[in-house]
Amino acid sequence: MKNVYINSIASISAQKTLDNTSFLDTIEDYEANVLPVIHPNYKEYIPPAAARRMAKGIKMGVVASKIAIQESGLENVDAIITGTGMGCVRDSEKFVSAIIDNDEQYLTPTSFIQSTHNTVGGQIALELQCKGYNFTYVHASTSFESTLIDAKLQLELDEEKNILIGGVDELGEHTTEIQKLVHLVKAEAVKTSEVLDSKTKGAVFGEGANFFVLSNEKQASTYAEVVAIKTYNTLAETEVVQEAIHFLNGSNLNIEDVDVLILGNNGDVDFDAFYTTLAEGFKNTQQANYKHLCGEFNTASSFGFWLASKVLKTQTLPEVVKANHTDTTSFKTILLYNQYRGENHSFTLLKQC
Amino acid sequence: MDALKQELKENLIEQLNLEDMTIADIADDDMLFGDGLGLDSIDALELIVMLDKSYGIKLTDPKEGRSIFESINTMAAYITENRSK
Repeated sequence: MKNVYINSIASISAQKTLDNTSFLDTIEDYEANVLPVIHPNYKEYIPPAAARRMAKGIKMGVVASKIAIQESGLENVDAIITGTGMGCVRDSEKFVSAIIDNDEQYLTPTSFIQSTHNTVGGQIALELQCKGYNFTYVHASTSFESTLIDAKLQLELDEEKNILIGGVDELGEHTTEIQKLVHLVKAEAVKTSEVLDSKTKGAVFGEGANFFVLSNEKQASTYAEVVAIKTYNTLAETEVVQEAIHFLNGSNLNIEDVDVLILGNNGDVDFDAFYTTLAEGFKNTQQANYKHLCGEFNTASSFGFWLASKVLKTQTLPEVVKANHTDTTSFKTILLYNQYRGENHSFTLLKQC
Repeated sequence: MDALKQELKENLIEQLNLEDMTIADIADDDMLFGDGLGLDSIDALELIVMLDKSYGIKLTDPKEGRSIFESINTMAAYITENRSK
């Protein structure tokens, strides 16, 4: 079986991550309960004729994928695998609103066509003229991890050489209002630096697009190797540490071998216990968080994957993501753990190349 | 007629998300499809719905659209003759 490498990365988030030459050097400090992304100049990347029907989620996905492919040095990829929890929610809102507002009359095609979950993957393929395997996973907060599993299997078996994977979700105005009503979004605006310790219900929501070119050939631009990935629909809080150890053992590793544990906690008082329990099990390990920077969304873990890739390549861990302080200076192995509201857990293991 | 043409241009820009265009960029006799504004078959569907919703005109024969949607001039002429609202 072949190894799987992360050969390029691209991130559009609420932070200045589009410029891959910096690494969270300056932080956008928000005081909000919803964090929109910092939009790139889409016109630099997408022809106006193509862009006019694209909602921002599609634009984010297309731009992030183009940047990732450019960095990989490839002209095209063999396959495109996209993960999204909510899909093109803005066009869905537009279409459903039109049904209601016009009493089920005068329905136009554009927003309906663009509202499907696989629109982003489809538009990326159209832009790249990629006629290979194209799949979209809609698995709530393991949507991105599902793309990773699929790509890893195909690359290990050498069915494909280079695969573009990504996680993308956009904020929709109406959907966010509903999420506020059911207290998934925090009721109060919270400062970025205080989100993770806010100890109130719900999360600060966000959006973003994080894309990667995975390959079974290592190259100069390679960030890290994807060693293992596992998802769980349900996992009890009491089992998290044991399951993490079991997961590491599967790669002949133990807790002591992990240089950084990246946790997906979001400051939700009802569900952060999963993370604090795991953090306690890894109390001597350097720990890091990221959702205070990008917000919570179904594919927010792809931002964590971006963070881990950058740490392994640059061998630096920005202060703003540090959850504790150890004397770790060399980063060889990173374990990521994510879950949302006690469901859809995932462990991902990356190592330095 | 001039007011209608102005209104059609505004609707076209809004309904078809022609973000980079202004009313001044669309001449009354510009071809809307093909080499002109470059509209496509999805836009044609949007225009058919716009005729129905805004002017009460139902196009039963899609082939009619080819001549009606040729330019702002042809659209305005057809609407003026057939509108029910």
